[in-house]
Amino acid sequence: MPEITLIEGIRQAMDEELARDERVFIVGEDVGRRGGVFRATQGLYEKYGPERVIDSPLAELSIVGVGIGAALYGMRPICEIQFADFIHPAFNQIVNEAAKMCYRSNGEWTAPMVIRAPYGGGIGGGLYHSQSVEAFFAHVPGLKVVVPSNPYDAKGLLKAAVRDPNPVLYLEPKKGYRLIRGAVPEDEEVLVPIGKARVSREGRDLSLFAYGMMHHYSLQAAQQVAAEGIEVEVVDLRTLNPLDRETVLGSVRKTGKALIVYEDNLTGGYGAEIAALLAEQAFTDLDAPVRRLAGPDVPAVPYSRPLQDWFMPNAEKIAAAIRELDAY
Amino acid sequence: MVVTGTEAKLKKETLREIYWIMLLARRLDERAWVLHRQGKIAFHISGIGHEAAQVGAAFALRRGHDWVLPYYRDLAMTLALGLTAREFALGLMGKKGEPSSGGRQMPSHWSLRRANVVSHSSPVATQTSHAAGIGLAIKMRGDDAVVLTSVGEGSTSQGEWYEGVNWAAVHRLPVIFFVENNRFAISVPQEHQMAVENAADKAAGLGLPGVTVDGLDPLQVYQAVAAAAARARAGEGPTLVEARVFRMTPHSSDDDDRTYRTREDVEAMKARDPLGSFREFLRSQSVLSAEVVAEMEAQAKQQVEQAVAFAEAAPYPEVSEAAHPVYVEDVHHA
Amino acid sequence: MTTKVIMPRLGESVVEGTVTKWLKREGEQVEEFEPLLEINTDKVDTEVPSPAAGTLLKVYVGEGQTVQAGTLLAVIGEPGEEIPEAPEVAGATMPVSAPAAVEATPVSSVAPSPPRPGRQADLGFISPVVARIAAEHKVDLTQVRGTGRGGRITKKDMLAYLESRPAGPAPAAPAWEQPGSGELFRPSEEVFGGARPPASQPEAEARALPGTVQPLDVVRRSIAEHMVRSKRISPHVSTIMEADMSRVMAHRRNHKEDFAHEGINLTYTPYFVAAAAEALRAVPMANSSWSDEGIVLHGAVNVGVAVSLGERGLIVPVIKEADQMSLRGLARAVQDLSTRARSGQLSPAEVQGGTFTITNHGVGGSLFATPIINQPQCAILGVGKIQKRVVVIESSEGDGGTQDLIAIRPMVYLTLTFDHRILDGAVADQFLGLVVMRLESWA
Repeated sequence: MPEITLIEGIRQAMDEELARDERVFIVGEDVGRRGGVFRATQGLYEKYGPERVIDSPLAELSIVGVGIGAALYGMRPICEIQFADFIHPAFNQIVNEAAKMCYRSNGEWTAPMVIRAPYGGGIGGGLYHSQSVEAFFAHVPGLKVVVPSNPYDAKGLLKAAVRDPNPVLYLEPKKGYRLIRGAVPEDEEVLVPIGKARVSREGRDLSLFAYGMMHHYSLQAAQQVAAEGIEVEVVDLRTLNPLDRETVLGSVRKTGKALIVYEDNLTGGYGAEIAALLAEQAFTDLDAPVRRLAGPDVPAVPYSRPLQDWFMPNAEKIAAAIRELDAY
Repeated sequence: MVVTGTEAKLKKETLREIYWIMLLARRLDERAWVLHRQGKIAFHISGIGHEAAQVGAAFALRRGHDWVLPYYRDLAMTLALGLTAREFALGLMGKKGEPSSGGRQMPSHWSLRRANVVSHSSPVATQTSHAAGIGLAIKMRGDDAVVLTSVGEGSTSQGEWYEGVNWAAVHRLPVIFFVENNRFAISVPQEHQMAVENAADKAAGLGLPGVTVDGLDPLQVYQAVAAAAARARAGEGPTLVEARVFRMTPHSSDDDDRTYRTREDVEAMKARDPLGSFREFLRSQSVLSAEVVAEMEAQAKQQVEQAVAFAEAAPYPEVSEAAHPVYVEDVHHA
Repeated sequence: MTTKVIMPRLGESVVEGTVTKWLKREGEQVEEFEPLLEINTDKVDTEVPSPAAGTLLKVYVGEGQTVQAGTLLAVIGEPGEEIPEAPEVAGATMPVSAPAAVEATPVSSVAPSPPRPGRQADLGFISPVVARIAAEHKVDLTQVRGTGRGGRITKKDMLAYLESRPAGPAPAAPAWEQPGSGELFRPSEEVFGGARPPASQPEAEARALPGTVQPLDVVRRSIAEHMVRSKRISPHVSTIMEADMSRVMAHRRNHKEDFAHEGINLTYTPYFVAAAAEALRAVPMANSSWSDEGIVLHGAVNVGVAVSLGERGLIVPVIKEADQMSLRGLARAVQDLSTRARSGQLSPAEVQGGTFTITNHGVGGSLFATPIINQPQCAILGVGKIQKRVVVIESSEGDGGTQDLIAIRPMVYLTLTFDHRILDGAVADQFLGLVVMRLESWA
């Protein structure tokens, strides 16, 4: 099996879905001739033409709004938001329109579509090219939210998202685009079910929940502390809504301790949902307080290198949190 | 037999039908106000004064084939597209079987899948980019349908609206952007909403044709929308059609328009009531007789009575239905 | 000075016990609180901690023998000390009525051993999972070494302790006959009479036929005693109704997953308990006991649920104040009690105090049965197998005519066997009718 990068997994998924289903098309800023600012759609414009790989006006809400309209008519749009930081103008379209369409029409109208958005810090992107937006959207019934952490899941989850009959927000850990590599089979269909977490490393001492780039760092941290005799069970959540509660609870029932790592601001972040779930449904399995390791509560990631490093969780910070929780 | 009093050439039968739907919409709307004041419904938003524009626009489309994304004032338009009086009454009361949302949305938030009337929300102009998206899909598929989406003039201030119209203009999409300009966005008059005289003037800046017509005359609106639809079907792109209308009532059942406009203004509007003037026009053209007018009134009254009685007797949705369908997986079509 | 080890009285209703295993041999050293032997009674299986430190000087009751509560089992002391004469254990039963014969403090094996003075304060923070494991496995936390921060006892410490501590609760008891479907056993609140009546004619005839004799263990004997006694004292009458379970099934289908998320396996039992508890509240006479002074109406509605232990017989844990609990609470209680019943971890208190009993004989395929009343209760509800059947649904039309329909419905037969001294047929039917109505109108 060839090793590919995470972004190549995303590109392959779109290529295969465009070839498979003529209802699928891509719309976003610079996705056409330029192949996307991160090159996620590279070569697709040449292969499928300007009618299926559409350069949109520079206006995020209508990238999503037009996608919704096309989906209502029966198409399967893949809308690219250039940076998750720019998704906020489209918030109303995603939350009030796409996510509510099925419920508000009692199932008469649906918006099957994918909204792709690169998110996360550590790339020198400053306040507006580094944000994590998952907590805003994982709160919304009617919308599915997925985050891949490796090339296989990147490909499999995106293909599943394109085929899903609901609106799916697909958040891409952009720092990992070319950093994270992994084997993906060439000759078979790669599909990863939405709504299923994955235990990516088994362990008995504590459960670590993460997704996206933080999952990558968490595996590194788990490896570090394994040398010290601490066996961490790492769970890649993969889908934030709907959450795979069984896997989360099952892991903590085994280990009795939970650490949640995310790079969004701490307060009201996605980790709070996991912590609440554990408090409600695994209280008598807990052997230590649930611990969150997240970005600090400042508005966003600063640009300057040392300031950025202060903000971002990394393998060392995660390993320290593991040791502390293990010793409890 | 065609009437040539205006440039529109319509059969007598069609003219009577236009009048009938205007009349039925008016009587239903009036009854909704009464039901609200009786405490039987929680909310009503009125289209009284807009009927001519709405029905004229709807009749210019291939109803059931073309796609329509209306806004909350479009009772007459939605009736013209196939909504029944009973369905409207069910919606007012949030009863089971209400077709737009199964009792989830407030009344007058239209959706009628069988007639290609697309569900919309309460924040204004959000359906504009959906119309562009449907237009894009029609173009990609090579279908010959067109899309009409309507808003009030206040909604043309929204970025939502500009982005949607811009998209359709850039990609020459088969979309008609229909603006029902009644000069008030709740209480805010047009001069605080825009610096141009007509909402249609905005079209020039976005690169599409814009026309303003008298929305009190269904035939003028019919003609403008029919022309826009023909352009769209011919692949020539979108058109902005502005119909100048009156909103003869407060914005909604919760509004009091005496706080922002004089009774004299309202009386002046009523003197130009499109329902009365179209009736007189049809009588002058011998399309309607006094007997037929009386008969239609009686029939409208009966339909309203029956619809309200039907809705009052209808059951509410089961409480268990409220939990669904959040995702498509939850949809269980019988 | 020697200390006597006696057969403990595990709860008010337990009058005898069987020594299943000695964990120490004569001459061996034993620590205070160290498990000394395992016993089995008709309610619980447990180990008996040593009442003193010293040498096990003498064992009087061997493995497999059944003796009454209070019987001297062994003596602990210093080698060479004088020990009492071997008491008689003839017929495996030796009543010890005189309190003077029992000098040592009676030991209850189920209550946690008293903590060593001063240790309690050092336990530090007890996490939720440690508390739960301690409760489930009856662990004395003062015996567990903590390795967490500040000496806190961690989950790992608990697991290590459980693995290393001497033999846990008694393993499987001897094989017992499975009681007949629908029949119940619950020990009496009264003390057995000392002498058993002579063998009856049929018993003598049975022994004359060729075959082997299966020895009677305490549970089998207890079941037999209770069945005979119940039939003797209460005039049994059974009334049978059927219930349409459609709504309960729909409710269960809709909520099974929610409950599963909370770790609860939603069975039908909680529905029957809920329906019965409500009906008991409405018909207090059904929640009563006969006494010579008058009918005792119980203040609490405590519903016993018969749980089969397979070869080990049957036990009836009691859901206290079942009428105060939600379906969720009942489902949790049913699951908890039945799980622990099967693993032999019920405390005596959990099988006492019932005011009414439900037995689900339907699990074995039985449609209806006539269970025997669990003394001193007034009535017992037997639940048959839920079975899809063709039923006729009568519906009246406005003009007085009828429009009958044939439908396929999941039906269940419910038997109420009641003490005819207390309940008349009409009251019994009223009670059972309420149970049926509750089940059929479940929302």
